[in-house]
Amino acid sequence: MVMASVSDATSLTVPEMLKQLQGEDASLRYYAAWWLGKFGVDVATVAERQSIVSALIAALTDECDRTELGGYPLRRNAARALGKLGDRRAVPSLVACLECEDFYVREAAAVALGQIRDTAAVDPLKALLAGGVAMATLVPGRPHLVQPVEATIESLGQLGCPSAIPLIEPFLAHEMPRVQFAAARALFQLTAAPIYGDRLIAALSNEDVQLRRSALLDLGAMGYLPAASAIVTAAVETSFKLIALHGILSKQLAMDAPTTEPLFQALDQLL
Amino acid sequence: MVDIAPYCHAVTAATTAEALTDAVVALAAQQDVAAIPTLIDVLGYNNPAAAQAAVNGLIQLGDAAVEPLLGQLDDYNYGARAYEVRVLGAIGHPAALRVLLGAAQSDFAPSVRRAATKALGTLRWHLIEGEQERRLGLEQVLQVLQRNTDAADWAVRYAVAVALEHLRQQPAAAIIQPSVVALLTALGDRDPDIVVRSRCQLALQRDTVHLSMHT
Repeated sequence: MVMASVSDATSLTVPEMLKQLQGEDASLRYYAAWWLGKFGVDVATVAERQSIVSALIAALTDECDRTELGGYPLRRNAARALGKLGDRRAVPSLVACLECEDFYVREAAAVALGQIRDTAAVDPLKALLAGGVAMATLVPGRPHLVQPVEATIESLGQLGCPSAIPLIEPFLAHEMPRVQFAAARALFQLTAAPIYGDRLIAALSNEDVQLRRSALLDLGAMGYLPAASAIVTAAVETSFKLIALHGILSKQLAMDAPTTEPLFQALDQLL
Repeated sequence: MVDIAPYCHAVTAATTAEALTDAVVALAAQQDVAAIPTLIDVLGYNNPAAAQAAVNGLIQLGDAAVEPLLGQLDDYNYGARAYEVRVLGAIGHPAALRVLLGAAQSDFAPSVRRAATKALGTLRWHLIEGEQERRLGLEQVLQVLQRNTDAADWAVRYAVAVALEHLRQQPAAAIIQPSVVALLTALGDRDPDIVVRSRCQLALQRDTVHLSMHT
């Protein structure tokens, strides 16, 4: 099967990819969904954007593309693409996806709803956390929990809805550090209380490098200024530090903060 | 005269990450050119703490490390190459120009491209005495920096801003000042990333301060 490679992805056109998304070949449809999410925002006209969103929404109920385990790969990619496009028309269909039997479709939909930032998604997302920490256990034989709690918590944080605080708080004590981090990050977004940012700073000296990276990227995404010096000295690869400091600096600059010079110095030295 | 061999041996014989870092720190502290090949080898060990100690040691040894680095550049390990390019940039000897131009343009690793891009700003141009040769080199640098203002990776474009700021401050690069300022101004106006734009504006502001102090 011939698949367009990433290097020539920019020479493809929206009409071609729309046609491919509605075609027969599952791999090409999967690729088209990704492409439309990645490039659709920049290259499409308003009219084309409408068609893209409609076609992707239709792909959320696709029945043709199935994995051996019963998963829906096209639905997953369509949900991810809709999150990137950020069109509110997709919210009801994405909310419906939160009940899909495929965990990865639920996860992709939860992430997308956080990206679209429509508060209509708050209650359906909260429903995924029903049962609290006791519910949030690993599915036997699979590498994921019963529900995509990490993505759900992060999206509730992005949606900025304080009513989610008491639901999220207990997850600070979840057995998986990544879920704890997601809870700390969301609670920081919802309350701005430094205690949550400081929890993530403490995680920068965790002995597991994956968790150090994850906490570092969370702090960057939060734009948590007090973490800057801990990020510079953390035992994590430079590329991650650059991303995290870039996040913090972007937030400071957007607020017109006066004290950005030390952050620029740190970036200069990391290059 | 201290015998360097035992220090080199301690590096190659280390069995833990901590012991390696300690041995590299001790070797670097000798500030002996005989340590250079071993220090360069350490850059490829995939141990960030030890590599940083080796980087510091090589930078302290200065110009003496340049030819060995150019001769020993690691084509297969981009992590090592990024460290090597950082050292070459920090030392700033123009003998590295050709290698840095190539790395800034076409190394497949973003970490090497951004380090090389920054390094293009920190070469000590006054070491090139022939005016013709210096002008040619500076124009090549400008061309590569200009091209990298379109890089997809914000960190490469940020490195362009840092390099341009360094060039702006070098009297030996005076002949290209108008182009440097024009490029900084353009990047500061039109880059999609607020961090890159602000870095350019900072460079231009610093420049104003710098000039006003001397007039």
